[in-house]
Amino acid sequence: MTSQAATGAIDHHHDHTTSTGIPNKKLLMWAFLASDCMFFGTLISTHLIYRLHPPAGNPVPRQIFDIPLTSFSTFILLMSSLMMALAVNAIQKGNLKSMRFSLLTTILFGAIFLGCQVFEFNNFVFEHHMTITNSILGTTFFTLTGTHGTHVAIGVLWLGLMYVRSYKSATGEGLWLTTALHVVALVAAVLLSMKLVLSVVWGLQAHGFSGATLAGVASAQWLVIVGALIAYSALRWFARPAGPVQFDQSNAVDVESMGLYWHFVDIVWIVIFTAVYLLEYL
Amino acid sequence: MDATVKSHFIGKEDKAPAKPSFVLWRPSAKTGLMSWLTTVDHKKIGFLYGSFALFFFLVGGVEALLIRLQLMHPNNTLLTAQQYNTLFTMHGTTMIFLAVMPLGAAFFNFIMPLQIGARDVAFPRLNAFSLWTFVAGAIILNIGWFLPDGAPDAGWFGYAPLTSKLYNPTHATDFWILGLQLLGVASIAAALNFIVTIINLRAPGMTMMRLPVFTWMTLITSFLIILSFPAITIALVEVMFDRQFGTNFFEVSNGGMPILWQHLFWIFGHPEVYILILPAMGIVSEILPTFSRKPLFGYPIVVFSGASIGFLGFTVWSHHMFTTGMGTVATKAFALATMAIAVPTGVKIFNWIGTLWGGHLKMRTPMMFALGFIWMFMIGGFSGVMHSAAPADAQQQDSYFVVAHFHYVLIGGSIFALLGGIHYWFPLMFGRRVSEFWGKLSFWVIFTGFNITFFPMHFLGLNGMPRRTFTYDGNMGWSTANFIATIGALILGVGIAIYFSVVIYTYFKGEKAGEDTWDGRTLEWSIPSPVPEYNFAVIPTVHARDAFWYEKHHQDEIAKEKAEHHQAEASHGGIHMPFQSIYPLVASIGILIAAIGITAFDSNSAPGIHWKLGLALTGGTIMFLGIYLWALEGAEGYHLHLDDDGHDASSQPKH
Repeated sequence: MTSQAATGAIDHHHDHTTSTGIPNKKLLMWAFLASDCMFFGTLISTHLIYRLHPPAGNPVPRQIFDIPLTSFSTFILLMSSLMMALAVNAIQKGNLKSMRFSLLTTILFGAIFLGCQVFEFNNFVFEHHMTITNSILGTTFFTLTGTHGTHVAIGVLWLGLMYVRSYKSATGEGLWLTTALHVVALVAAVLLSMKLVLSVVWGLQAHGFSGATLAGVASAQWLVIVGALIAYSALRWFARPAGPVQFDQSNAVDVESMGLYWHFVDIVWIVIFTAVYLLEYL
Repeated sequence: MDATVKSHFIGKEDKAPAKPSFVLWRPSAKTGLMSWLTTVDHKKIGFLYGSFALFFFLVGGVEALLIRLQLMHPNNTLLTAQQYNTLFTMHGTTMIFLAVMPLGAAFFNFIMPLQIGARDVAFPRLNAFSLWTFVAGAIILNIGWFLPDGAPDAGWFGYAPLTSKLYNPTHATDFWILGLQLLGVASIAAALNFIVTIINLRAPGMTMMRLPVFTWMTLITSFLIILSFPAITIALVEVMFDRQFGTNFFEVSNGGMPILWQHLFWIFGHPEVYILILPAMGIVSEILPTFSRKPLFGYPIVVFSGASIGFLGFTVWSHHMFTTGMGTVATKAFALATMAIAVPTGVKIFNWIGTLWGGHLKMRTPMMFALGFIWMFMIGGFSGVMHSAAPADAQQQDSYFVVAHFHYVLIGGSIFALLGGIHYWFPLMFGRRVSEFWGKLSFWVIFTGFNITFFPMHFLGLNGMPRRTFTYDGNMGWSTANFIATIGALILGVGIAIYFSVVIYTYFKGEKAGEDTWDGRTLEWSIPSPVPEYNFAVIPTVHARDAFWYEKHHQDEIAKEKAEHHQAEASHGGIHMPFQSIYPLVASIGILIAAIGITAFDSNSAPGIHWKLGLALTGGTIMFLGIYLWALEGAEGYHLHLDDDGHDASSQPKH
């Protein structure tokens, strides 16, 4: 695997060891996505069918949805796809530093999308009193968008694992502990940041913008802030320049397969945004 | 890696490993329990699939016999209504998901890579994961037998709202839901693996239109699995959410519609019947040419009709629901589609007859099962086409006529072909051959018992006997036919007992079979038996359909070619073999623990929520760790170098 540097560039679009020239991992991902289409197809159908038969007392979607917020999170998710594509492009050229940056931004955008979903769910449950149990709209809506959110969360975790993987040392010293701590630091950084941002947003919503509000959030969430700072420092420390790594152009197919998944999840969101949200405003 | 080189199979270690390996533990046992638990060899996995499937086939058979004994006499009291419900539910679920499907998977695993000239499937560890997750699903499905809640009893179709907490308050239904969910995960993972294997791991020259028909049917079945299982996965998620978290998918009082379950279930359920029959058709398409000593008649037509069956299989689900009042247009559309799907099926029957026509027939045991398949499957097919006439179907719905129909296609079809397939490939798998006398005897007893059991059910159904009722009154005119059917079931049971006794006897003491016992046509017969771990000493080059037949008639050309390829491969580092791994098993155990935790949930969660949640999270963590370590250890392997006798000369680790 390490001899590729000597033999020149890798052909990323043709794998001579397979019958079709498509790498096995990529073909597996395409077939899985075909299957995943049917998962979402079933869920979206369920929602669309029940949408046509609302029982008395069912919440009215137009009174609940917040299109500007959802448009914003849709836009963010689309931009994450751009960063994902840049990450694939970077590793295909062997540019590890650029790939890591693109992966981190993809994770960031994915986390923003998830944060918006947490905010939205929270809003629906506590402001509009729509829960997963009290109405058929709540049942289908939360199950469908929740399943999509789970896909995004799995994608973010996968991106994180790939990011950490790109630091796998060529000598393999202390691999297990380092890797595990690196993953913990990354997951903690993402979760604590989401918690902090949401707290600030809720604080601003409740008390308006003022220094006192921010100070109030800071004092209430000081533990989260300290934790996030520790996580970020740890991430920075793990990213310090160290010896050679086992991650190069030959891993591009791994990143690309992950990218296929990520783009697919984005496309599904476009369908959901259209069929679940925008359809109500026709 | 250091442990691996101790094994004699890999030979002496000449060169130091290039780099330290990062694995926690690399299992290397080639015999004993550990070798089975950590195997990534498609042949061992296929054997395990087959063993589990046959075990559950016998369990499902005992359940069926109990059902028949209860129905032997009117107003019989052998079973209570509750026990009867449990038995027909578990009989159906077991036979479909734990017997016929995994038996098909056993053949996919064992035979398909050999037919395309591959050394393993594309993702050997994923294959092991499929196997162990299947076992986990089977455990959860059957766990209720040993618990106070009892085994699932809402029917294999689990119609809403029968599966709701109101009608099924115990956890029996939760075992059914989670069990099927895990089986779905296992099937989808396995199917993805087979798709990639068939598309990407074909030997040079093995074009798609040179694939053996069994491999083609594996491919089509795999596509059916990945496209149809999501529908039932989501349907099961919906009913699980209803039960565990109090959602409203099938809760009528809150706007839910139970009919949705039927649609989702049959969108899965109808392709599922083709998942059960297409592998059987593939097996028969291998057996008939071999014993007719002719190529398969109309190969492209057989392949394309298989593909059109697969496609049309997604367009006919509502013929299971003609009596639900879908409206005229929908009923007509589904009736027409159902009639249409009989066409490619009929085409296949004619191709098989064409294969036999003018052939030099050798009446061996596998051939008997294949011929029995054609005949019996045709009867099941005829009664199937009758159901496509919606008005007639309204009379037959939920009657014993339907029971007769699907047992003709499932036993007379799938099971006959699978039993024949075991006989056919037994010499390849175990190097021994089942005695012709005992093989044929078991066939005739099974054949007789099967027809005596199920043929009278046509009349019972037309006389109005409903399915799924635990007893009937003596004055309904159903007593005689039921009695005959039960006698037939006992004969069928004896036939199956003979079959398995003979197979087990042969496994230990049977007559030794030489290589290529049947004078076969496809590549799996070109390798020695038992099959070496690396399958092919030299990857074959395929020049024609029926590749091995061509090799037999062009021996000089093939020998020269093989020598060249052997040299080329040796200079490229030898035969690459994947390392064994424990992590697929770890991930499956994690899933099993998590699923058991989830079955314990209730919609009012207060009592014991901590241990339930704890169990689920513990299982989830173990699963995640298994998958993570699996990814981290990497798809590494070692190299074999064969000398001229096919023995391993040296080995070399690879990264």
